Amino acid sequence: MKLKLFALLLALVSSFAVTQNPAVSPSPPPPAAQPAQAQNWPVLRVAVDATYKPFTYKTPAGQLTGFDVHIAQALCNEMRRRCVFVEQVWDGMIPGLLARKYDVIISSMSITDERRRVVDFTDKYYSTPSGIVVRTGTPFTGPASLRGMRIGVLKGSTQERFAMSQLRPAGAIIVPYDAQNQVYLDIQAGRLDGTVADRVEVTAGFLNRPEGRAFGFVGPELRDRRYFGDGMGIALRKGRDELRTELNNAIRAIRANGTYDRIARLYFDFDIYGD
Amino acid sequence: MNWDVLLLPETLALYAEGLVTTLWLLAGSLFFGGALSLLLALALTSRVAALRWLAGAYTYCIRGTPLLIQIFLIYYGIAQLEWIQARWDAVWPWTMFKDAFFCALLALALNNAAYTAEMLAGAMRETAPGELEAAQAMGMSRWQIQRRIVLPSALRRTLPAYGNEVVMMLHSTSLASTVPALIDLTAAASRIYADFFLPFEAFLFAAAIYLCITFMLVGVFKALEWRFLGHLRPRSH
Amino acid sequence: MDGHVLSVLSGAQLTLTVSLASLGVAIALGLLGAAAKLSQRRPLVALAGAYTTLVRGVPELILLLLVYYGGTIGLIMLLERLGLEAEVNIDPFMAGVLTLGFIYGAFMTETFRGAMLAIPKGQTEAAWAFGMSPARTFFRITLPQMVRYALPGFTNNWLVLIKATALVSLIGLHDVTFHAMQAGAATREPFYFLLLAAAVFLAYTTVSLWALRALSRRYALGSTQVSL
Repeated sequence: MKLKLFALLLALVSSFAVTQNPAVSPSPPPPAAQPAQAQNWPVLRVAVDATYKPFTYKTPAGQLTGFDVHIAQALCNEMRRRCVFVEQVWDGMIPGLLARKYDVIISSMSITDERRRVVDFTDKYYSTPSGIVVRTGTPFTGPASLRGMRIGVLKGSTQERFAMSQLRPAGAIIVPYDAQNQVYLDIQAGRLDGTVADRVEVTAGFLNRPEGRAFGFVGPELRDRRYFGDGMGIALRKGRDELRTELNNAIRAIRANGTYDRIARLYFDFDIYGD
Repeated sequence: MNWDVLLLPETLALYAEGLVTTLWLLAGSLFFGGALSLLLALALTSRVAALRWLAGAYTYCIRGTPLLIQIFLIYYGIAQLEWIQARWDAVWPWTMFKDAFFCALLALALNNAAYTAEMLAGAMRETAPGELEAAQAMGMSRWQIQRRIVLPSALRRTLPAYGNEVVMMLHSTSLASTVPALIDLTAAASRIYADFFLPFEAFLFAAAIYLCITFMLVGVFKALEWRFLGHLRPRSH
Repeated sequence: MDGHVLSVLSGAQLTLTVSLASLGVAIALGLLGAAAKLSQRRPLVALAGAYTTLVRGVPELILLLLVYYGGTIGLIMLLERLGLEAEVNIDPFMAGVLTLGFIYGAFMTETFRGAMLAIPKGQTEAAWAFGMSPARTFFRITLPQMVRYALPGFTNNWLVLIKATALVSLIGLHDVTFHAMQAGAATREPFYFLLLAAAVFLAYTTVSLWALRALSRRYALGSTQVSL
């Protein structure tokens, strides 16, 4: 009896899998290739959170790709190191670094004073502002316009700090999530009225997709140094100054020799480095 | 080890909020799950084959899949269905699915119902045949037999296993921390850990609270067993 | 097949690996714990008692988070106290296997203890009378008979263990639940992928039930069983 029931359930579930339409998306650029001699180079363990299109995400085939991943690979080639990527939930990024699970974090991490207390950062490798995203047409004159609205944010992100400090006192309900794409699931479901997110990430991951059509930015570009820091850098444990110098030199090198621009053009049609 | 962080009023307030949510989840899931399990147990031991099959399929699916997946299915999975999305702004009871607490409670209650139903059905099947025959000889209807003979003794027989299940249910409420916007005890500990980078202090404190509640529950069930299963106690004279 | 479905199925393999590895640890701890509880030496009995009480009193998720987030830091602090400089790292797989093994070791302790107590004492006494050493008595006399009594509890613990492995997705291990949630969030269709993950677990539990029922029928040969 149990076997028949189970077979029926399996057939039912497989029929779902077959009939669903895979979302049609433009083919992403392939990840950078590793030179053959990389096998002998020392390893650099790089943490990424693969739920943050277009910076770190997975192709439908399950391969890691994205701007951060490409840049990391380019930096490793420059430093003659072998990049080994470790996937980590965003909330556990810094704790994992401190617990020595990996050597660096190259995952769109903002350089903030608060984080500087526990980790070191290299120079920035790009800089984008954040923005508030709600349904288009919502009248917005300031944080008070969001009173009573449910705003989803990523746990442990600079946007969460901003939302808790600026939007929550004005009456918005801030809900932290473990992954940014779960925020988009709940916006689509109607449980959330909006989000505060990186402008580039939310454009690629939500606004340009069918479910994000009715949503848009309100308010100014968010660049407040107190919450969003000074651009995105590579995080490493305190005291590892030689590694930091190596990484900074590598960043300067790839910006000088055109590798950086080549990678940036694969993803963006504007200057991602910022000023 | 930095234990002072735990004594900050905001920290204690967060843990208190978590504790209250956990206890409500526990009470709610036991209440609704218990009610549902009674109906399911009757269905599992009924003479109607279709009822037996349906109840059996339900307990098979719930007991064969992890609670975590059940919680995700009810919170994220159901939200995806357009049928629900069209109705849950205005039509009760679908409006409740928007609420995180309701989703967690539903998942826990359904899970509890399945396990308790199987326990109860097993105890019902173990009723002494002689008692059943005597009841039938006295002319009791099927429902009267259930109400007066089978269920009272079955409920007593389930008591030790049910006590275990209640403790398991307390542990299961910690999975409610995976639902966003729900602050139960585990979620409170995670939040303190993330804010202060103190894994030991945050989680050990929560573990201590869970341990206290468990001891209380075990004590309650020992008292219940003393009262209702007293006839099985070793005699002192 | 869609890449996402493939990733969920690849996670299914990892789930099985974690389950089997945890089972190994659980059986080892279970045998040790049962031996400790039956040894009649006060400190051992107390230690085993504290072990089972701790596991019964604290939710698995809390223990898992404690071991994963605190374990590496704790180990490093411990090693530094002892004066050793080592690069230790508790990755999610190890954290998951150790925690689950530790937890279900306590359940196995109770199961094995009950099973050992169910064997008639005369068997052990006869073995000693023959001059068998404790080790030989255990492997020749106690263990084979213990299997029959332990199987129902063992089956139960194994089934609960498989389902508990879904928790490792919460510490970032790419098991079937993790892949299902990621694929679901990326395609905005969590329902299908979660059902697929649930089907995988149903498959595992069904096959396990068959196998363990067949095993218990094999071990029950020669004993009289009551039928209603």
